Amino acid sequence: MTLTIPTFNLESIGPWITLSIFAIAILLADALSPKGNRAAAPVLAMAGLAMAGLQTVFCLWGRSGMDFARMVYVDNFSFFFYMIFILGTGLTVLLSLQYLKDYDKNLAEYYALLLFATVGMMIMAASSHLIMIFLGLEIMSIAVYVLAGLFRDDARSNEAALKYLLLGAFASAFLLFGMAMLYGAAGGTLFLSELPGRLAGGFKPLTLLAIALLVVGFGFKVASVPFHMWTPDVYEGAPTSVTAFMAVGVKAAAFAAFARVFFLAFPALQPDWTMVLWVLAVATMTLGNIVAIAQTNIKRMLAYSSIAHAGYLLVAIIAANQLGAVSLMYYLLAYTLMNLGAFGVVILVGRKKDSYLSIYDYAGLGAQHPVLAATMALFMFALAGIPPTAGFVGKFYIFSAAVQAGYIWLAIIGVMNSVISVYYYLRITVLMYMKPAEADLGPITFAPGLTATLLLTALGVMLIGVFPGFIYNLAVNSAKVFPGL
Amino acid sequence: MQLPILSILVFFPVLGAVLLGILDRKNHVLLKQVTLGISLAEFVFSLPLWFRFDSQTAAMQFVERYNWLPQYGISYYVGIDGFSLLLIMLSTFLTPICVLATWTDINHRVKEFMICLLTLMAGMLGVFVSLDLFLFYVFWEVMLIPMYLLIGIWGNPARRVYAAIKFFLFTMFGSVLMLVAILVLYFYAGKATGTYTFDLLKLYGLNIPFHLQFWMFLAFGLAFAIKVPMFPFHTWLPDAHTEAPTVGSVILAAVLLKMGTYGFLRFNMPLFPQAAHYFVPLFSILAVIGIVYGALVSMVQKDLKRLVAFSSVSHLGFVMLGLFTFTMPGVQGGIIQMINHGLSTGALFLIVGMIYERRHTRMIADFGGLSTPMPIYATIFMIVTLSSIGLPGLNGFVGEFLILLGAFKTNMLYAIVAATGVIFAACYMLWMFQRVMFGQVTSEKNKELKDLSCREIAIFVPLLLFIVWIGIYPSTFLDKTKASTENFLALMEKAKSTQVSLSHGDKGEAR
Repeated sequence: MTLTIPTFNLESIGPWITLSIFAIAILLADALSPKGNRAAAPVLAMAGLAMAGLQTVFCLWGRSGMDFARMVYVDNFSFFFYMIFILGTGLTVLLSLQYLKDYDKNLAEYYALLLFATVGMMIMAASSHLIMIFLGLEIMSIAVYVLAGLFRDDARSNEAALKYLLLGAFASAFLLFGMAMLYGAAGGTLFLSELPGRLAGGFKPLTLLAIALLVVGFGFKVASVPFHMWTPDVYEGAPTSVTAFMAVGVKAAAFAAFARVFFLAFPALQPDWTMVLWVLAVATMTLGNIVAIAQTNIKRMLAYSSIAHAGYLLVAIIAANQLGAVSLMYYLLAYTLMNLGAFGVVILVGRKKDSYLSIYDYAGLGAQHPVLAATMALFMFALAGIPPTAGFVGKFYIFSAAVQAGYIWLAIIGVMNSVISVYYYLRITVLMYMKPAEADLGPITFAPGLTATLLLTALGVMLIGVFPGFIYNLAVNSAKVFPGL
Repeated sequence: MQLPILSILVFFPVLGAVLLGILDRKNHVLLKQVTLGISLAEFVFSLPLWFRFDSQTAAMQFVERYNWLPQYGISYYVGIDGFSLLLIMLSTFLTPICVLATWTDINHRVKEFMICLLTLMAGMLGVFVSLDLFLFYVFWEVMLIPMYLLIGIWGNPARRVYAAIKFFLFTMFGSVLMLVAILVLYFYAGKATGTYTFDLLKLYGLNIPFHLQFWMFLAFGLAFAIKVPMFPFHTWLPDAHTEAPTVGSVILAAVLLKMGTYGFLRFNMPLFPQAAHYFVPLFSILAVIGIVYGALVSMVQKDLKRLVAFSSVSHLGFVMLGLFTFTMPGVQGGIIQMINHGLSTGALFLIVGMIYERRHTRMIADFGGLSTPMPIYATIFMIVTLSSIGLPGLNGFVGEFLILLGAFKTNMLYAIVAATGVIFAACYMLWMFQRVMFGQVTSEKNKELKDLSCREIAIFVPLLLFIVWIGIYPSTFLDKTKASTENFLALMEKAKSTQVSLSHGDKGEAR
């Protein structure tokens, strides 16, 4: 018996390897360094991310093809998402420094877990085989489950972790079950590129069931209604920096896999899944936005807002055209910037151990900390989709895609939803600028990491909002991997 | 190489706002002086537009065009014709006046106020010069934020937040539907002609099937009708006006409302001409209802500012009626009436603001006999009141006369009903004036009122100058818009003669 070992090129998964090595190095450095000295971990994490970023940009960008026995896509779609993940994780690291110190939880494993989660996300974005997607999903999820429970002496954090773990396990099971069905329906393959050929011809209930189960699995990870129940509790209970990470990273990764699977594997079945997703998208946007209005905890509000944004992003998938793929990528990048920025402000205003998380704590911020308030207002307007911010351009692309594909009603419902969302985003600006402070807000410590995050995200939101051309071109370039659209 | 005057006009206030950002926030006088300087400079920059404008041609002038997102057919494309020229001049002319009017009125967060004012100005000018739908939409939305902040932060403490949010949500509601319509138009035009573009002039004269025109006209129309505001979408206006600070009301009335009427003229009608003809009865009737309703509601107001606000609904009804006649006098009257309304109502809000600053009340019942302690104030108030009700010799008459002339040609009934609005206007304005200014001084507090200061008189002098100028020699202004109007009417006439297929052909594309 001869075993053939397929040839592979380690460079194709360079960023994964880099991040894994750095994550292990962080753990080792922590184990070997004297107790209490934890300064190395974040530095190493940033270095790893920077290196992975450089690898993606200079070594990988522009390549196309597959590697590792066709298990991994080496293409610009993956690389675009790599950059989003690296950016998201890097900003999360910057956000976390002071926050974790306040809690005395500045642990090395936090940063290692962040990096491992990022590797999982990258695997999800690049896999060409459903099992790889599952692997990536689990690598990412398990790391995030632990992160959510980082504050183990805090009941809410425990609740968040447990809830996320249990429901996440369910969702993973659904996803896996769907894959199993698909394996049967397709006659023994799970390669995304082979699926359309195998699934063609005839009406197969098994295929539809499989798709339905996949929708459940992905729907859970992107927090789409009706699989969103965990979101508010987990987002509220988890440490704020982890919430920020979940809201942008996990969502982006899930959408990357979602898009890849549905665009590549099921284009022929589009009429079947479109209607389901149409309903899900409308329900997700509407419920997210309407319930967000009733929230008084800023983290819960942002949780519902993130549900609503998942609804907008579903519209991009439903559109299922080139522009849809482009808008998905652009929007996720914009969302990463504006949401991390907003969470940065939440951490700053929350101060010592999250004591100020009610939206009413923002009252009078405009008078006492004008620059901070202006930054928050910028993020709120961006999330609401008001020009000239990245949020507007993102929504513009998404609804363009919907209109181009002929989903005019979906576009109308979408824009109406952004009007609803304006109400609760504006409420923050109302509180900041138009209400007197209920009590003196006291000093806010501007930690360098947080300040840098806010500066970068605010600049980014404005820059890609006013000059969207560069990112648009990159996204168009990346969307070419879906020739069928 | 021509100077990019329009870009300078749009972005100079933004630069000014940045400059204000680095000034000392405690030094109120300096902040106000700098803003005054910036707005005066802006006015000076806009003068070449007026003098170098070629009124013989309807083509766009002072055009600038740069690629913005060429892959998408989006460009930074600005230019003006006669319609925009007048409104731009009105905006740049009023802004220094507004800054002067804030001198004693605004005393807290002066820095933020001035920054808002300047950004608002940039947004307004941007709307009037944009010839690219995407660019236009961006400016249209951008301008919401400073106005929202002006009402919400510096408004009347009791209900300012309510008014600000109502203003924002109403306008946003209309404009997002317009965004969808813009996208539909974009993709339709792209499919039909092969070039995907947001260039307004290229989108003119497309042969769009009627059912598409119908819906797109309504979507654009809703956005603009809310802004105008036409009956029955006017309910945000009294709240926004009443709660806004004086200067906010002036800008809101004088310029922001004009964006709605301008939108009809620049976008709605030329883009969807057949639908525009089809909707003439609906919009004319709404306009006429607005005229009469606004006037009647004004008559029963107890609050001076609310009265002026409702009178705006009435006046803007005239503008809409004029535009929808599609006749030379009607459209020209509509345009001149936009300017008139900006001048007269702007002045009225300033007048109300000045008395409010002195007495901290705007209730008509609290006043009476003010002409005794404040003779100069009374004179100015009188002139503005007469201008607002359309006394011959002052500006209001010219606009209303032309509009009624146009309306008479097309549909006598509208004209007759609308003409009653003029009579009602005389009733509510003169009755209000009588109750506030004449008779005995009823309240002790009113006896000691100071008359206008030099600064306040200086605010009114330019306004009065133009009120009289337009009234006596409107040709100065009508000439500028003549070519553009002729072009517009020719376009609309052409569309009327084109056979419109009323069949709802391929309707199955909306999913």
